[in-house]
Amino acid sequence: MAAAAVRARGWGWRHAGRSPWAVSGLDLDVEPGERLLLLGASGSGKSTLLHGLAGLLGGADEGEGSGELLVDGTRPNAARGRVGLVLQDPDSQVILARIGDDVAFGCENLGVPRDEIWRRVGESLQAVGLDLPLDHPTSELSGGQKQRLALAGVLAMRPGLILLDEPTANLDPDGVVEVRDAVRRVLELTGATLVVIEHRVSVWTDVVERVVVLDDGALRADGPVRVVLTREGAPLAASGVWVPGFEPAPPVRARQLGGGRALHTIDLAIARLPSTVLHADIAVELTEGRLLAVTGPNGAGKSTLGLTVAGLLAPASGSVVADGHPGQPIHWKSRELVTRIGTVFQDPEHQFLTGRVSDELAVGPLLLGMSPVAVATRIDELATRLRLDHLMSANPFTLSGGEKRRLSVATVLATRPPILLLDEPTFGQDSRTWCELVALIADLLDDGIAAMAITHDAQFVAALADSEYGMLVPEAVTA
Amino acid sequence: MTPVVGRQAVYRINPVAKVAASAIISVALVLTIDWVSASVALTIELLLMPWAGLSAARFFRRTWPVWVAAPLSAFTILLYGRPSGAVHFHWLFVEITDGSIELAIATLLRILAIGLPAIVLFVTIDPTDLADGLAQIVKLPARFVLGALAGLRLVSLFLEDWRSLERARRARGMGDSGRIRRFASQAFGLLVLSIRRGSKLATAMEARGFGAPGPRTWARASRLRWPDAALVALGILVAGAAVTVSVVTGHWNFIGA
Repeated sequence: MAAAAVRARGWGWRHAGRSPWAVSGLDLDVEPGERLLLLGASGSGKSTLLHGLAGLLGGADEGEGSGELLVDGTRPNAARGRVGLVLQDPDSQVILARIGDDVAFGCENLGVPRDEIWRRVGESLQAVGLDLPLDHPTSELSGGQKQRLALAGVLAMRPGLILLDEPTANLDPDGVVEVRDAVRRVLELTGATLVVIEHRVSVWTDVVERVVVLDDGALRADGPVRVVLTREGAPLAASGVWVPGFEPAPPVRARQLGGGRALHTIDLAIARLPSTVLHADIAVELTEGRLLAVTGPNGAGKSTLGLTVAGLLAPASGSVVADGHPGQPIHWKSRELVTRIGTVFQDPEHQFLTGRVSDELAVGPLLLGMSPVAVATRIDELATRLRLDHLMSANPFTLSGGEKRRLSVATVLATRPPILLLDEPTFGQDSRTWCELVALIADLLDDGIAAMAITHDAQFVAALADSEYGMLVPEAVTA
Repeated sequence: MTPVVGRQAVYRINPVAKVAASAIISVALVLTIDWVSASVALTIELLLMPWAGLSAARFFRRTWPVWVAAPLSAFTILLYGRPSGAVHFHWLFVEITDGSIELAIATLLRILAIGLPAIVLFVTIDPTDLADGLAQIVKLPARFVLGALAGLRLVSLFLEDWRSLERARRARGMGDSGRIRRFASQAFGLLVLSIRRGSKLATAMEARGFGAPGPRTWARASRLRWPDAALVALGILVAGAAVTVSVVTGHWNFIGA
């Protein structure tokens, strides 16, 4: 399998129903075996270029193209199998129930003979370091393992060009390293050409040799890693890319001392299903103006603890006490809960209820029986503060990742709960949204809000946490 | 969706043979409505159950809906079935006659004789193996079969999605409204979520060459071997015995005749 070359001449693409071109007038050559990191702000056209190379942009009904984009001299749609793509979301890339079958899927589609398929499946799983039986259920894999499985599925197709679209954005720190190392091994074995998109540059600096920066659909910079990062580091960082040496500054916290206790737990035991207790004797305390970070590996039960404290999951035993309110949060009415404890979910899409940003913000205040004028004032104020004011009539599901996150925080703040629970608030965010979120949370803490954040993000902990509660994977679960 | 695995011989039988065997029995028993054919079929089936690859506990856990549905339907037929022969009880529309008693018994046995083997055979079917069989043996279009198979995996995510949506609604203050309204709004949320998942999955499949022109190969060969033929033969045997005994004893009662 020879490495593939990429050649773009005046290439552009405009998605159906949009007026601006996502990419236009692009000239780019990638030599066989080159390893290239593609950078740019969100909306700069990176993903469009990658989908174009993968042959996924489709026909005239999906958009309009111009110029030429060639892989080994042919159009990508005609070069199926020469190009392999791994996407961001681990869950939506698993296709079949057993890992062997999943890896074999691409080969089957390409018409590879049966004996050859199974030889490739074995080799590919070994190359990505997934040392599991072929009939191992794919549903039992971790996020990092799922991404390595997707990589193995691509590898088995023997592509000359491997494309990765933010392959580690949804992973915990261990998963990121796992996947990066697997990619490196695969490239050493195959010598394939690599184009990777990632917001966190540091993950890939040792793997890639060349950086291309897109800005507003056009080429902005192109060259060796060090040269481009030195010259373009500051504007890239400003546009949301995590560039080493240009880390965002931590926020300034005005309030030096915490206030009174807002919530505490007594002999709390937590469980997803009543029959399986994950942890017992948990004692955590939330204080006004302070943030408690809950950390630990995947499967430790962090989200379970969060949901239990937030009154969304019943404790297995023991109690959650919100100071000043009778009863446990799980027994409160939903309408009472929104004024006392606000929860920002890991996946913002789960909590959207309406088809318009302005309606979404009004849900909480209307429930509380506020007058239309008061509701309008409150949502305008929030929209301005979270830079959503230009999006008020948009559909929440069509927003970008950062906008969705800001909206989900805004909807929770609309009912002004004094206690906030944040589940992975900075997950997969670019550095610009990260800065905004951290600054916003710092402001809220200064206002006296008591917060608990579940997070894998060490920078977030360093920037905001006043105390940390570390959790381990329970013994019974690991056994 | 986790793979269906087991050590008994029945797990190695091709799903297509299982579907065929259960279809043959169903068709034979649907053609007539008498108690003799159904009881012959049911007797042979119950004798074969120990080889079905299920423990007694699992057998009843999986088949309880049939055990509940059969007497309920029989009871309805008993009260409202077409009256004939001696009348034992009459009140408004309710009429219990010799005819309705016989019909009720026939219905009870028939539902058991069709339902039990169907469920028992389907429990030991792995969806991936079934898809392989449907595409390679029955020659259904690969695009359709594999699309359905991949979609099935999303169904197993529904329960967790449903719980998340429920919690999210409670967290947004919408958890107190009426049960029906909440259900409707949550069902819509689940629909939106599923469509988004589905389109992402479609992209991932396309990126792996799904739908590419040219012939597709199959990593897992799905063939009919002699144990599969034996199962189909058993199905024919059950159906044949039921029909023969019923006709010979003069109970055959062709539906619609």
